[in-house]
Amino acid sequence: MLNAKMELIAEKIVKRFGHFLVLKNISFKVSSGSAIAITGPNGSGKTTLVKILCNLMAPTRGQVVYQNNSQKINREDIFQYIGLVGPYLQLYQELSAQENIDFFARMRNLKNYSARVKQLMELFNLSGREHDAVKTYSSGMQQRLKYVCALIHEPEVLFVDEPRSNLDQAGIEVVYSILQEQKKDKILVISTNDQEDLTLADQIIRVGVA
Amino acid sequence: MKQIWLIFLKDIQQEFKTRYAINAIMLFAIVTLSAVSFSIGAYTATTRVLAALFWIILFFSSMSGLSHIFIREEETQTADTLKLVARPSSIYLGKFFFNLVLLVLLEVILIPLFIAIMNFKVVSFQIFLLTMFIGNFGLAGGGTMVAAIISKASTKGALFTVLSFPILLPVLISGISATRKAAESVKLMDAQNELQALLAYGIIIIVASILLFDFVWNE
Amino acid sequence: MSKLWKIILYTGLALIIVGAFVWAPLEPKILKEYTRIFYFHVPVAWICVLFFLIAAYYSFQFLRTKDLLYDAYAKISNELGILFAILATVTGSIWAKVTWGSFWNWDPRETSIFILLLIYGAYFSLRSAVEQEDRRARLAAVYSLLAFVTVPFFVFVVPRIYFSLHPDPVINTQGKIHLELRQRVVFFSSLIFHTVLYLWLFQMRKTQVKLQMILRLYKENKMLEE
Repeated sequence: MLNAKMELIAEKIVKRFGHFLVLKNISFKVSSGSAIAITGPNGSGKTTLVKILCNLMAPTRGQVVYQNNSQKINREDIFQYIGLVGPYLQLYQELSAQENIDFFARMRNLKNYSARVKQLMELFNLSGREHDAVKTYSSGMQQRLKYVCALIHEPEVLFVDEPRSNLDQAGIEVVYSILQEQKKDKILVISTNDQEDLTLADQIIRVGVA
Repeated sequence: MKQIWLIFLKDIQQEFKTRYAINAIMLFAIVTLSAVSFSIGAYTATTRVLAALFWIILFFSSMSGLSHIFIREEETQTADTLKLVARPSSIYLGKFFFNLVLLVLLEVILIPLFIAIMNFKVVSFQIFLLTMFIGNFGLAGGGTMVAAIISKASTKGALFTVLSFPILLPVLISGISATRKAAESVKLMDAQNELQALLAYGIIIIVASILLFDFVWNE
Repeated sequence: MSKLWKIILYTGLALIIVGAFVWAPLEPKILKEYTRIFYFHVPVAWICVLFFLIAAYYSFQFLRTKDLLYDAYAKISNELGILFAILATVTGSIWAKVTWGSFWNWDPRETSIFILLLIYGAYFSLRSAVEQEDRRARLAAVYSLLAFVTVPFFVFVVPRIYFSLHPDPVINTQGKIHLELRQRVVFFSSLIFHTVLYLWLFQMRKTQVKLQMILRLYKENKMLEE
């Protein structure tokens, strides 16, 4: 999607779980070509906010709006534009990497993606293991495969929850290069507590601070 | 829609590799059938009783396998993964077709076994097979929906049966009556009340489920 | 409810109870004293169905608006519904015992009330199995509506399939309600007064729940302002 000007707008997001108010009036706006970081103590609602932004959960109050060139995108179509990597998003363990990738790519209606898959697999050092069941992968490999699956459709908005988890130094470097790429002309949203990660961001949202 | 097919295919792939649900269903059916046959022994049960027994075995076997499709997604934490990329109605229909296939596979084994072991003489295969065919839509339709509901609850096992029973009861009632008639008369017309009821139920439950599924799936 | 209405309601109910036992003539042929329960069983069964419909309505409203107040209303409708289902089943089986000889026969109407009992039971099992409030409300509402959709099958379809023991063939052979004037008066007043009484109780319970909700919203708004 060339020249797409995406905007992700959060308007006064409130999330209540029973009697517990997790998110209080979170608002921000981020456009293509920038990155935003969500940070806060553990259990403060970072993941909740990410899930709400990805349409996995509805906010108690407030709304999330995706706009493409000022045209609002329908809630059901948002998945075409976003990719998410997170510890709570598991891949299908019994299926092979290739089968997982095929599933995610075709669900988003991608047609000729094998070249891109090859490129991504090489980048993340997973070539040659496409047909092995995901459960045979180490946790580091699974994390890298999650990135592949999230990037296959070149998402306009990439959400990464805990970018460094399960990765060794080499893996982190690859991920960083991807994140920088994403920041250049698309939107990047990271959720993290790592100080170094925060330097990537143009805006920082703090959650769970009294 | 393509998404329905993809989800259906993925579930078949997974099932093929683990064979969890199909094993559960088959084993339950065979165990129950054996228990029933053993207890009844040489006594010849009436068609009324046999029809009821058949559906009891069918119903409880389904109970042990139909919910797998959603519970597995929750337990392996792939529910969010799926939620991220799929439209709710596609999810329901994809899994509905999976459960339909599961039921058909069960019946392919159960029906011949039941007829042979219990000495169930089917006079009109037309009625019988038609009942099975239409009834499956109702069972899979309601069952898939309830499975989705309980997958989001915390205690899963018995809850599925408790919730499914009232919902699926019309299928049981019409199904048992039609099956009994299949063993008693040759004319298709005799079972028309039951078959119409099964068809109406199937359509209504599937439509209602498609409309309501969004609310179950989206948080 | 104003004082005048309350007086009318209470007197009316007292009169009905008296009337059912003394005033209305007995059905001469078979039932004799047993008819009396008819004045209470039918209204109670009807109210059970009424609350089932009300619960479905509030469930629908909840899904439409996501307002937890409707979920609370749906829950209390179901509470009253299960109460009446139990009453209807009990009064029904007493009547069944004295008229047809056994407490339970799986006659279609009996089966329907039993199904309603199961549905209510399932509804509360579901509610107790979900901890998160939003989720609980949504799932319960969906189940309520799902059950609502399957109920017509019991009411209309099943009697066509199975022979029915229920009153129509027993009180009279043509299937119409042939009641003498007195019986009709007691019966319909019983129906009306019972409905009014329980709708009034329901209204009180609704108000109670609504006040709880308002208090909670107030607290939540205060927290947001901090």
